[in-house]
Amino acid sequence: MDKLDNNILLLRLQERFGEVIQNQDIPYGLLTLETDEEHIIEVLEFLKKDEELQFIYLTDITAVHYPEKELSIAVVYHLHSFVNNIRIRLKVYINGVNPEIPSATVLWKGANWMERETYDFFGIQFLGHPDLNRILNVDDMVAFPMRKEFPLEDPNRVDKKDYFFGR
Amino acid sequence: MANSITKITPNKPVYNDNDPQDDLITLNLGPTHPATHGVFQNVLQMDGERIVSGVSTIGYIHRAFEKIAEHRPFYQITPLTDRLNYCSSPINNMGWHMTVEKLLNIEIPKRVDYMRVIVMELARITDHIICNGILGVDTGAFSGFLYLMHEREKIYEIYEEICGSRLTTNIGRIGGFERDINERAFEKVRAFIKRFPAVLDEFTKLFDRNRIFIERTSGVGAVDTATALDYSWSGPILRATGLDYDVRAQEPYSSYEDFDFDIPVGTNGDVYDRYMVRNEEMRQSLRIIEQALAKLEKEPKGVFHADVPEFYLPPKEKVYNNMEALIYHFKIVMGEIETPKSEVYHAVEGANGELGFYLINDGGRSPYRLHFRRPSFINYAMYAPMSSGMLLSDAIINMSSLNVIAGELDA
Amino acid sequence: MNDIKLGAAPPGVEGAGFFATSLDKVIGLARANSLWPLPFATSCCGIEFMATMGSDYDLARFGAERPSFSPRQSDMLLVMGTIAKKMAPVLKQVYVQMAEPRWVIAVGACATSGGIFDTYSVLQGIDEIIPVDVYVPGCPPRPEAILDGIMRLQDIVKNESLNRRNTPEYKALLEKYGIQTNNS
Repeated sequence: MDKLDNNILLLRLQERFGEVIQNQDIPYGLLTLETDEEHIIEVLEFLKKDEELQFIYLTDITAVHYPEKELSIAVVYHLHSFVNNIRIRLKVYINGVNPEIPSATVLWKGANWMERETYDFFGIQFLGHPDLNRILNVDDMVAFPMRKEFPLEDPNRVDKKDYFFGR
Repeated sequence: MANSITKITPNKPVYNDNDPQDDLITLNLGPTHPATHGVFQNVLQMDGERIVSGVSTIGYIHRAFEKIAEHRPFYQITPLTDRLNYCSSPINNMGWHMTVEKLLNIEIPKRVDYMRVIVMELARITDHIICNGILGVDTGAFSGFLYLMHEREKIYEIYEEICGSRLTTNIGRIGGFERDINERAFEKVRAFIKRFPAVLDEFTKLFDRNRIFIERTSGVGAVDTATALDYSWSGPILRATGLDYDVRAQEPYSSYEDFDFDIPVGTNGDVYDRYMVRNEEMRQSLRIIEQALAKLEKEPKGVFHADVPEFYLPPKEKVYNNMEALIYHFKIVMGEIETPKSEVYHAVEGANGELGFYLINDGGRSPYRLHFRRPSFINYAMYAPMSSGMLLSDAIINMSSLNVIAGELDA
Repeated sequence: MNDIKLGAAPPGVEGAGFFATSLDKVIGLARANSLWPLPFATSCCGIEFMATMGSDYDLARFGAERPSFSPRQSDMLLVMGTIAKKMAPVLKQVYVQMAEPRWVIAVGACATSGGIFDTYSVLQGIDEIIPVDVYVPGCPPRPEAILDGIMRLQDIVKNESLNRRNTPEYKALLEKYGIQTNNS
């Protein structure tokens, strides 16, 4: 069998999923694919459990906020296959008003805290998550700080003179 | 935007202490505790000395690094990365620089790679010194820690020669180093690698076959590889379970493929194995530094950065005299350089595991999104499930051996 | 050998087997040379404190032999590292639990003023919630700077009046922070 590289990996995924995988790209050698939230758990499960691919390691789950796009939040999964020494990146674009996506905790227990962090920063509801609470910010915060409209600095600060900061 | 999101549920663990049938007590292993190495809290439900269940709360030092990074130019993010795993800051700095170099397709000369390897391996040694020293302190043995802290001072002196700072180093620039490593620094490195093995032997003699230490640590917190992979563990604690995943060997960066080193692996994944793996990794780091010094002899002297005038600041003397240098200086500082609009993920082997940088660039001065894949955060997630059923003293030792650094945990 | 200065005794009357001076000088001397720290180490400055406590810079020479994490048994609160807004109530609680006389040193830029982290989640200086006696700047400050901060505190302690904690100014200071005092 040929050593698994990005092209063969893409071929396998397209054979299995066809239209569900879109917008493939290989920036800096890392195969990046897009799919949608109905199929993401299927795709992740296939990648994890397939005997040839063996993407058993979930490297990270995070999200990006694109306010100017229609589906403004992208949830990004990075997976790693030790046996084949290859990584893959999956993106799911969901709408920003009420972002919901099934939780990956059914496949990896490590996704628990990664999804909590993503929820804390972006407000994405991970359906089926056992304990979706804030993890890094204060518990009674209502806004989601990593969204682009949230300001970096504390607006209630009184001792900072705008004049010295060029404002 | 916030109105359409469902109500946040409060995150406070509630154990009912008023139930007369319930013999369990709630113990707050709070954010300020001498045994927790940093500010994180565990609310434990205890049956006498045994933990029944626990809830971890973190975020007591959340400094919003990822949000700050969206407002800073690339070269100003390096001091932020310092403060992630502040016990081994050069590794974070180098990892960030390599991420940006990958984005910009900058080719780094071999000499710079070898100098980076020396600095990163010294940083790995400092981090393992702290972890194993504090593990000793937590089991009640203070002297070993003092011996090793003196060695850490020696490494601080080496950092001071290279970059001026002891702890939060901000070493290097995108494209290499800010100045050549001078001969005095190399002498100090050679003196260090001659001296350190004896000190490490003295330290290990105190603990390796010490009956008290073995009884405290052997069998505590044993984890098998399948569970560890399920929780996305990486670094020495994963290698202690038996899997030899090391980013330096799997996906070599900064010319690690030119070096000959072993990856120590444990068997049980308990605290004793993690301690032994870290000790052996320190010895392997010394081996790598020796090889790097030998390889540096063969490289042309004086090369300390890549030849990329668009991204590497020209020397100040030229800026005041030469028009081209002035223009480059202006463009780099004001962020008017063309950068590819793309995304890159780069991982380095931090002292705690796979430290990853996910950078999305939109061509502007600052990243569009920068996410740090922090090993301490991901490793610590298993702590609360792992400690149910343990004695409290074992749970404390287990926490020490995970080497959770609060800066990297909360970012 | 010539530039070693012995600590000066306070002015007083000396005789065969006795030395008489004012009470506040003696108490000040005793307190200043046995300040027991409560190391409230949150981040990077905490590692520099570990280096200060280590054998190279030895904090124990200054009387701080017993770093205790128990607020009731310590004299000075060394806040080292960034205090986030989530941590602020914990810090205030620890300060309130300390027994008088108590002093606070803010070590590092983050404890002094928020440091480089001008964000929504970081408290911009611990003097927003507790009164601070000495500020040690640096990011992180060198161990020599931390020792200098402790020596400045020793000067404050030596020269403090015994009645300071009962004066209306001190009570007003604690009122400003919303901290109750029991000496009413």
